[in-house]
Amino acid sequence: MISKEEILQLAGMCKLKLSDEEIEIFGAMFSNVLEQVKGLDMVNTEGIKPLYFLNSANKSLREDVAGDSLDREEVLKNAPEEEYGYFKLKKVMD
Amino acid sequence: MGYKTIVGLEIHVELLTKTKIFCNCVNEFGGDANTHCCPVCLGLPGAIPKLNKGALEFGIKAGLAFNCQISEWVKMDRKHYFYPDLSKGYQVSQDDNPLCRNGYVEIEVEEGLKRIGIQRIHMEEDTGKSIHTEGGDTLVDYNRAGVPLIEIVTAPDINSSEEARMFLENLRNILRYIEVSDCKMEEGSLRCDVNINVVDTETGKKTNITELKNLNSFKAVASAIEYEERRHISLLEKGENTAKETRRWNEVENKTVVMRDKGSADNYRYAVDVDVLPVVIEKEWIDEIRDSLPELPHQKKERFIKEYALPEYDAGVLTQSKELAQFYEETNKYAKDPKQVSNWVMGDVLRRLNDEEMEIEDLKFQPKDLADLLEFINAGKISNNIGKKVLREMFETGEKPEAIIKKKGLIQISDEGELEGIIEKVLDENQQSVIDYKNGKDRALGFIIGQVMKATKGKANPQLVNKMVRERIEKR
Repeated sequence: MISKEEILQLAGMCKLKLSDEEIEIFGAMFSNVLEQVKGLDMVNTEGIKPLYFLNSANKSLREDVAGDSLDREEVLKNAPEEEYGYFKLKKVMD
Repeated sequence: MGYKTIVGLEIHVELLTKTKIFCNCVNEFGGDANTHCCPVCLGLPGAIPKLNKGALEFGIKAGLAFNCQISEWVKMDRKHYFYPDLSKGYQVSQDDNPLCRNGYVEIEVEEGLKRIGIQRIHMEEDTGKSIHTEGGDTLVDYNRAGVPLIEIVTAPDINSSEEARMFLENLRNILRYIEVSDCKMEEGSLRCDVNINVVDTETGKKTNITELKNLNSFKAVASAIEYEERRHISLLEKGENTAKETRRWNEVENKTVVMRDKGSADNYRYAVDVDVLPVVIEKEWIDEIRDSLPELPHQKKERFIKEYALPEYDAGVLTQSKELAQFYEETNKYAKDPKQVSNWVMGDVLRRLNDEEMEIEDLKFQPKDLADLLEFINAGKISNNIGKKVLREMFETGEKPEAIIKKKGLIQISDEGELEGIIEKVLDENQQSVIDYKNGKDRALGFIIGQVMKATKGKANPQLVNKMVRERIEKR
């Protein structure tokens, strides 16, 4: 069972605010998912190296040669707002 | 009671590739906002990143120059966090399999050479750039998003601000020598974060590590370390401890201020980026890159000591930058005395460059011009002091030394006949000094010679004047 604190921590990382009711709902859903994934623990993986990719061919590098970029209008098409060619957002400070 | 400062550095360096790390948008500082962007570096859905061979090569080059082991293969990982300058919601970086490991950079401390360990160098992409306006908005430019970076992480082997400064200077020199980065802190192509704590050497009690950010120059790095040393020690002395936190250096007030506390450790949820295919790094390729490495600063320094019989100090100063070393060697091709060239380059040339905050590349004259100037001096055509005046003129106008000497009529007067009249006149006008000198006051001779030099506007051959003045006084 996933704890309420863990759900809140996850929500915090996703910048989400959850109501008590939502915490209940998501808690149950996450617990369900984790329970299912736990099934993998039944497989014995002792002595087996992690495998990240099926193909580790060496042909995936790109030569360092410049190509075209998008037009700025195209780049800013999905911007919520723009100013002087920048994406304009509400102030975000770290 | 003693305290020991423990410092580790994290240095981000932008690579000088032509294009970004995962797409073929140009990698260029400046440029109109959002004009070097494409679906890959904007993180649009469905875009497929492809690793830049040049960026990987530069990373390996840096690793080799810093004596690292190079990984046999490369994969990229996603580092998740939310910030507007990160359009994908994650930064593509390397987590558990960095490109390079276990290297070092040497610095010269009193006891000799000290090795500062490099734990790892990994590849990652830079983020976009945010500007915070006074009107309360944030403006984002994604031109920098996807610029290739290497992050260099040192071992906690640095024990003072001075060691940190020396380490950074050596690191920067090496990176510039191998031409993987221009390392301009003011343009952000080299950025440095500091991790610092202090240990009480008697009790073994340690303070918590403070992370320092916003350090915009090597001087700021050194000042911030010194400030934190004092802060940590004063807390230890009170029996207290520092908070685990990130602090920002405030250059104006010369102090650090809390940025955020690290109580809840960052959770970046690293995961393999399966969009970027893994790459096996062939041993032959590493050998090829190793063979292509240029002479590094410490190797050049050794060679200068041997080849030009320079003192260690001179060789160290002259090899600080590749360009300066090149200027020195080029001048030497035309000059006869390597030590004399060194004296002039380190003295009048470097001093002037420092005063004007210029680089050696900004000089208006060529190495051969300096060699020609020295030849005028060595041939006795102008004095050393006049030579310095000519050099000053060369700095300003870039004119050839010969032209300046001719135009200003600076050729040294070495003609005894011409000097005789001037000397006699000076002696007549300063009879008291003549008597003083005869009575054993040596200083009077200096005064008389000074008057002769003044009368010739410094053009008289000083050795000749010295000899003639003595002779003339004897005859009186």
